[in-house]
Amino acid sequence: MSPKTLYDKIWDAHIADEADDGTCLLYIDRHLVHEVTSPQAFEGLRLAGRKVRRPDQTIAVPDHNVPTTLDRANAATMTEDSRIQVEALDKNAKDFGLHYYPVSDVRQGVVHIVGPEQGWTLPGMTVVCGDSHTATHGAFGSLAHGIGTSEVEHVLATQTLIQKKSKNMKVEITGKLAPGVTAKDVTMAVIGQTGTAGGTGYVIEYCGEAIESLSMEGRMTVCNMAIEGGARAGLIAPDQTTFDYCMGRPHAPKGAEWEAAMAYWKTLFTDEGAHFDKVLTIKGEDIAPLVTWGTSPEDVLAITDVVPSPDSFEGGKVGAVKRSIEYMGLTAGQKLSDIEIDTVFIGSCTNGRIEDFRAAAAILKGKKIKEGMRAMVVPGSGLVRAQAEEEGIAQIFIDAGFEWRLAGCSMCLAMNPDQLKPGERCAATSNRNFEGRQGRGGRTHLMSPAMAAAAAITGKLTDVRDLM
Amino acid sequence: MEKFNQLTGIAAPMDLVNIDTDMIIPKQFLKTIKRSGLGVNLFDEMRYNLDGTEIEDFVLNQPAYREASILVAGDNFGCGSSREHAPWAIADFGIRCVISTSFADIFYSNCFKNGILPIVLPEDQRDALMKDAEKGANARIEIDLEAQTVTSSDGEVFSFEVDAFKKHCLQNGLDDIGLTMEKVTAIDTFEATAGAARPWV
Repeated sequence: MSPKTLYDKIWDAHIADEADDGTCLLYIDRHLVHEVTSPQAFEGLRLAGRKVRRPDQTIAVPDHNVPTTLDRANAATMTEDSRIQVEALDKNAKDFGLHYYPVSDVRQGVVHIVGPEQGWTLPGMTVVCGDSHTATHGAFGSLAHGIGTSEVEHVLATQTLIQKKSKNMKVEITGKLAPGVTAKDVTMAVIGQTGTAGGTGYVIEYCGEAIESLSMEGRMTVCNMAIEGGARAGLIAPDQTTFDYCMGRPHAPKGAEWEAAMAYWKTLFTDEGAHFDKVLTIKGEDIAPLVTWGTSPEDVLAITDVVPSPDSFEGGKVGAVKRSIEYMGLTAGQKLSDIEIDTVFIGSCTNGRIEDFRAAAAILKGKKIKEGMRAMVVPGSGLVRAQAEEEGIAQIFIDAGFEWRLAGCSMCLAMNPDQLKPGERCAATSNRNFEGRQGRGGRTHLMSPAMAAAAAITGKLTDVRDLM
Repeated sequence: MEKFNQLTGIAAPMDLVNIDTDMIIPKQFLKTIKRSGLGVNLFDEMRYNLDGTEIEDFVLNQPAYREASILVAGDNFGCGSSREHAPWAIADFGIRCVISTSFADIFYSNCFKNGILPIVLPEDQRDALMKDAEKGANARIEIDLEAQTVTSSDGEVFSFEVDAFKKHCLQNGLDDIGLTMEKVTAIDTFEATAGAARPWV
């Protein structure tokens, strides 16, 4: 038998049907659902008189729209249209009998944080959600990707997707990461090298010593942004770190089933000599704390660098860089560490987990954020919030001057009231720095939680290593 | 779904790389629970001032391109989120075909579910069509899905590739779910076998 990649193995294990031209029906193990991309899909089911084929494998949670302020139990904190969307999910979850974590449930949070936390996401599975950051779940060695609403309806009705196989890409991060360098810097470094379209048509497997040494939280951060590099999905082979994380989770197998699952999970690795269509190797030691300067996640530079000149680019990127620099209100040659910010957002499916908060709190401990700074921490789930409170991390944030919020997507995409005003500039731990992403005219610089904490203290983009 | 076979129309040029889904349809318009009516908000923040008036020099506000049914765009069109609101807004505006050198994966797939044909061409050919589109309303570009060709207003013909199954569905306006439902036995069989092999799932 020819050697297989991890992706090949998971793919082969989920083909329910294959046509002569290679078009497959890929069976879906877990379907995660949120309020923004699902109402039209449920409406479609109703109009066609169809049922959800596997409500027992369908998990719903409202996250994009929900306010994260402490008074959110008061319905008036939500706009009318947001409230309608959340109520539609309440109703659809009830009518179709889905697993549901409503806003009032302590387990509610960002769908990509709730899934792993509750043990829904396990190695070797196929996981989909009407959200591009479904790539997050690849950290468990599960094939996970975002889908559109038509495909959400397709999965609800059939538990399958019509798919053709992607190509295999290996991204190896060798060696060890330097102090102050985190999983966020790793994933941004990869996008900086591949560009936002470099992964298009591929499933990326991340490997190498620097990846293996990451916690599950860090691995989720890495895979989360695979989509920002254009890849269909990101994958990391499961190992003891993965198994330890999964063990004892509410929906993880127990007893004999756990043993059987472990035996299978241990076969989930890329065989020696398996073929990759593309390989990228980055030395872990070479990665510095990074920030984005422009309006594309590929606009990545070390914090010690300067805003680039449009002339240093080629083709269509020249015009795009001119536009970016103007939108961001920067000048070519300006030191990145001189860029002043007025807002800090720590949270999102990229960096809203306990480890992210520990890293930020380590920088903030005993310090205050700059006067006038608007800074918020938004936990990825109610359980992350509870744990941070128990560990004393929440108090560090509060003492430093941060708002300590309830769980949700919040200012990552600004669908709830947490938005930037035109011209405001934010140090954000989220995943996209597109024009208008955090609010029309708002300016976003992406970075790690530790870097965002450093920026909150000094009031400008800051090399976290100077505060360590 | 509306069928797609041939299309002759005005092409609007958008010579910008990485046009993302937040540009195509900003998040405030994702709060709808319908699929329709998003065309008026297509490219909202590039198209309108804060007071709601039109930004004159934005391509779709120019008289020549108000009736555009084709978009010629820079590399990596549709990157970003999985929101199907992006193709819904494009289709609702009246655009049925987008031409670029590359598309983001999820957006590309979403187009086919909504009667939109995304066409990938090499850079020089896309650039030629961009120049053609810049000529305005008199330059009509022709798309023939059966023949898999794009014909510029000067009569220059470019061939494109499209997946045979996706083409078939688009040409016949087929509903994917209906097609998959015909294979329910295969799904039942798979589910039983996989369920026995991996009972913990």
